[in-house]
Amino acid sequence: MDKVLPSLEAAIADVKDGVMIAIPGFFACGVPRALLQALIKKGTKNLTLACGCGPMLGAADELKQLTLNGQIKKVIDSYGLFRSASKGMADPFEQAIRAGKIELEIYPMGTMAEKYRAAGAGIPAFYTPTGVGSVMENIVNEIKEKRTPKETKIINGKKYVLEYALQPDFAFIHCKIADREGNLRYAKTARNFNHVMATAAKITIVEAENIVEPGQMDGDDVHTPGIYVNRVVKVERPKFAITID
Amino acid sequence: MSPQKIEGLPREMIALRVSREIQDGMYVNLGIGIPTLVSNWIEGKDVYLQAEIGMLKTGALADGDDVDQDLINASCQAVCALPGSSYFDIAESFAMIRGGHIDVAVMGALQINVRGDYAGWSNPSRGLFVGNVGGSMDLCAGAKKLYIAMEHTTKDGELKIVNELSYPATAEGRVSMLFTDLAVIEITPKGMVLKEVMAGLTPKDVQSVTEPKLIIDPKCKEMEL
Repeated sequence: MDKVLPSLEAAIADVKDGVMIAIPGFFACGVPRALLQALIKKGTKNLTLACGCGPMLGAADELKQLTLNGQIKKVIDSYGLFRSASKGMADPFEQAIRAGKIELEIYPMGTMAEKYRAAGAGIPAFYTPTGVGSVMENIVNEIKEKRTPKETKIINGKKYVLEYALQPDFAFIHCKIADREGNLRYAKTARNFNHVMATAAKITIVEAENIVEPGQMDGDDVHTPGIYVNRVVKVERPKFAITID
Repeated sequence: MSPQKIEGLPREMIALRVSREIQDGMYVNLGIGIPTLVSNWIEGKDVYLQAEIGMLKTGALADGDDVDQDLINASCQAVCALPGSSYFDIAESFAMIRGGHIDVAVMGALQINVRGDYAGWSNPSRGLFVGNVGGSMDLCAGAKKLYIAMEHTTKDGELKIVNELSYPATAEGRVSMLFTDLAVIEITPKGMVLKEVMAGLTPKDVQSVTEPKLIIDPKCKEMEL
């Protein structure tokens, strides 16, 4: 089936207020910027952005616009604040967190990765050693009432924390090459969270720098098989500064 | 009141001392700050640097025509690949971290205590409960050895090696060696053992800026750089 759509607008037409969207990217690298810009244009509100390692810090202009438009309800991430405390203080996003207007919830990065992997693999929850002996034994949320304890278990004499799979409504994916049937290939470290998020979401929407016909990409070169992908849109290769504040 | 601050070695020299512990064939993850500088001192060694983003065998920082926006390290800096570099997705990256495949992780710290608990992920002075944890807790959980490289005290001379952490812990009881601008300290079940001191200092000097009582190794020597 041909999964290619003519426009970003068409690809996100059913992204409604209140949904959870997975946003891949590791700081500036591998972020679906064109889809984020389409989301800003569409004006969808009450969004939960499920991230992994600060993609919105790497797409700071988009973050600023989404914040100022009042589109974000919650962000889930391992690295959600600007690196520089002084720059963070001056940023509308961090100000909104301080004011309680945006909810920020933090998990260790490996736990974020596994939450998506588990969701895509039909595993409802998993025990991890990460975070034992820290505040991560509770939900880490800026809103105090949300900091409830996580379940723990001793297995073979060692303590583990129970973490739940995270299934977003949508995933916005950025890839180097897609074929029309949704097989994807990423470039180098831009792969990061893209593959696991594509497997986790109910609906996976891909922006691709290149689109090829089925068969033009060798089966051995596919990183994400098309079974996980619903829609593909061609975008220009993004231009951005490789930096975060 | 803070004790009298002692001027120590520059950050690059702490990194150099840590690099002496990195052996051929090791898979190593370096955290942000002083740990990143360790990479400047392992040239010529057969060492594989892992970047959480999903890369093994990370090369030098890239500039000019070598910059590729699809190739960065975990500190968001453009890097080069090396012959034998590999890329993988984030779940794979953290599987190798939690799964015990990384020989050494070197991290920075805000505080460390006598039991090898350390705090590094959240600075309460920011006035927020949440902080940037990144992959630090996963590295603590899974690396075979966890080293801390940091300045012995803060810029203002406040103690960072303390009896009890006042900042939120990254992990409990996981640090085995501590490298500072003044000393090398091993964390053992009996306590903190002073192994090396900076040239020109005595163990007593180091103790004066260290809250827990140090055990002086009988073979305690001058730090070799």
